[in-house]
Amino acid sequence: MKGFDYLRNVATLELNSEKCTGCGRCVEVCPHQVFALTGKKTGLVNLDACMECGACAKNCPAGALQVDAGVGCAAGLIVEWLRDRNWIGAGKACCS
Amino acid sequence: MNYMVPPGLYAIGNPDPDSPVLVTANYKMSYDIVRSVLKGRNCWLLVLETYGINVWCAAGEGTFGTKELIRRIGVSELAGVVNHRRLLLPILGAPGVAAHEVKKQTGFGVAYAAIRARDIPEYLDNGMVTTPAMREMTFTAYERAVLVPVELMEALKPSAVAAAAIFVVAAALQGQAAGLAAVCAYLGAVLAGTAITPLLLPWLPGRSFAFKGALTGLAWSAVFYLLAQGSGWSPFAAAAAFLMLPAVSSFYALNFTGCTPFTSRSGVKKEMRVALPAMACALVAGVFAALIGKFI
Repeated sequence: MKGFDYLRNVATLELNSEKCTGCGRCVEVCPHQVFALTGKKTGLVNLDACMECGACAKNCPAGALQVDAGVGCAAGLIVEWLRDRNWIGAGKACCS
Repeated sequence: MNYMVPPGLYAIGNPDPDSPVLVTANYKMSYDIVRSVLKGRNCWLLVLETYGINVWCAAGEGTFGTKELIRRIGVSELAGVVNHRRLLLPILGAPGVAAHEVKKQTGFGVAYAAIRARDIPEYLDNGMVTTPAMREMTFTAYERAVLVPVELMEALKPSAVAAAAIFVVAAALQGQAAGLAAVCAYLGAVLAGTAITPLLLPWLPGRSFAFKGALTGLAWSAVFYLLAQGSGWSPFAAAAAFLMLPAVSSFYALNFTGCTPFTSRSGVKKEMRVALPAMACALVAGVFAALIGKFI
């Protein structure tokens, strides 16, 4: 995304090239142009732009992609953290 | 207020069995925007039950998802309504939908058309080809500005409680005028984090939101110092302001990561590990400075 850069070297996205069939679905769903097809495989051409939305992993028919996707706001993460310690009850974190 | 549209299959114009099928959420605003961009065309619109939540957030929660799409295709008897087997989905719905699963279970192929509804007409007219611009996220000044009121409303309640507490403590220490001044300083810091930081986002240096927020907070501290004739303060009071106000705006700026379309969960976690302890330290140090200033 032009003009916006978030922290580098943090994205948990992983590609297993062995499994990749080069279908191009990841290129289609990624809103940040993290992938590009080179030959018959996909490649991670801009990993730092990944926002870990999980669209690519969800839509990869070969199961070649993995990412720790989920809530990405501080309030949501604090709620999640408190819930993991059972300090608060279950409920929606955000976007609700 | 009710922001939901009943889920199901809707006709736009006079669609026939060959007309395209678009899929959206049952958030009224999403539905209205999609309908308005399709004005004058003949299409089918399959509305999923997302409980009034927009596509992006519903996809994250999984309600705009594989299961609901498959169920809605069945309930609406879509296979009998159209001849083709192609669904057009918003790109931001992809985190919830496994296209290959939908294909396997319903026979309908999924094409992720565009991020923004306003690009759908061009997509349809282009022979259903997504241009690079249609799949690139943006975060324009306008797109950021419309989020500011949302952030302010979210901050309203906790800030009111905090402002009341600040007034009581500051008034007890230094009198009512100081209490009011402290509340003004605090509310300015909240604004710096919730409004100024998002608006100036691409121009503030650094990648970390907490850092950007600390900078706007520092700027506000300086402005407040000048406005409130800080040259008359004790050095301890000045130190308290310059420690605590940036911590407040930094927290709200960090929280804005949840509203942006480009910050990652791992990045926010990393920021939080460093920034939250730093904010806590700044607040504690600020309180100490204020107390020392009072009793020295």
